[in-house]
Amino acid sequence: MTLSLPGFADPVADAQACFRAVLTAMSRPGTPQRITSPLTPPAPLGIAAAAVLLTLVDGDTSLYLADHFANAADWLRFHCGTDPSPDRTTAGFVLADSLPDLATLAQGSDEAPQDSATLLLPVESLTAGARFTLRGPGLQAPTPLAVTGLPPDFAARWAANHAQFPRGIDLILCAGDTLVALPRSLSLGEA
Amino acid sequence: MTALPPHVARQRWMSVLARATAADLADRLAACPALPDHIRLRGPESGLVMLRGRAGGAGSQFNLGEMTVTRCTVRNADGFVGHAYIQGRDHATAALAAALDAGLQDPARQPDLLRTVIEPLATAQAEQRAAQARRAAATKVEFFTMATMRS
Repeated sequence: MTLSLPGFADPVADAQACFRAVLTAMSRPGTPQRITSPLTPPAPLGIAAAAVLLTLVDGDTSLYLADHFANAADWLRFHCGTDPSPDRTTAGFVLADSLPDLATLAQGSDEAPQDSATLLLPVESLTAGARFTLRGPGLQAPTPLAVTGLPPDFAARWAANHAQFPRGIDLILCAGDTLVALPRSLSLGEA
Repeated sequence: MTALPPHVARQRWMSVLARATAADLADRLAACPALPDHIRLRGPESGLVMLRGRAGGAGSQFNLGEMTVTRCTVRNADGFVGHAYIQGRDHATAALAAALDAGLQDPARQPDLLRTVIEPLATAQAEQRAAQARRAAATKVEFFTMATMRS
């Protein structure tokens, strides 16, 4: 595939706006954030997932791409300046097309919890589907979240991830131009 | 010029384009068919590049200093992707040089562009370098007693 699509129209301002959106999403889990910057990522990459990668990934960051997204590898290589890593277990950022076994990703350590992976997972919808209740730092009251596209045993798998705090992965769910972040500090109940 | 391998020919025209000014390029371009439309994939954007130096033939590398560089990448309507890296902050030159690099990769346009844009610019740049070298050579002092650093 040849390189054919531009990245952010205004790289500095758009990346800052996206960074702000990710920061808000992480500090207020369950609150959907929209990416408003114009962006046409290569299929099958969605706008929110592409914007997060353009913003957070650079030459010093390791990124693992699921085979499903091989079509976007050249685009990411050019605009992020990173060569996608073949090793999912050590990558700092993982872009998956279905929820992997969370324990196989980098978990960080008690001394360096920041070494864990951030998982980007495109889902079908963040407004309808399986319902969850979120509790944890950043949330005054239990907050509802509806997701289509997560496996049925997601709550149990997330509980195992949450139990290792401060270790564990952070998850960013993306649907089109909208994203919701689930930091590892979050406890999640089925509703 | 026809015997050059493709990447060497491209290195040569990219280096000529990097030394030219936007006005030079626009003047030369007026004499040949218009370049196809293009979209900008990245930039033009300016940044700093660390230049590495080496003292003598056997010295180790050190950071000489930073240099302002402007880069641009375009993709033209024929599907060719052109890159430009130029010294300084002139975005117009970088955009034009990238569009020319894309056009020059097209076998149908290459001979025309080489003849009307690259070769005259290369000749002018070589003359300029020679004139500067002559002026510098007139002030050269030879230190015959100094040993060279390479032994």
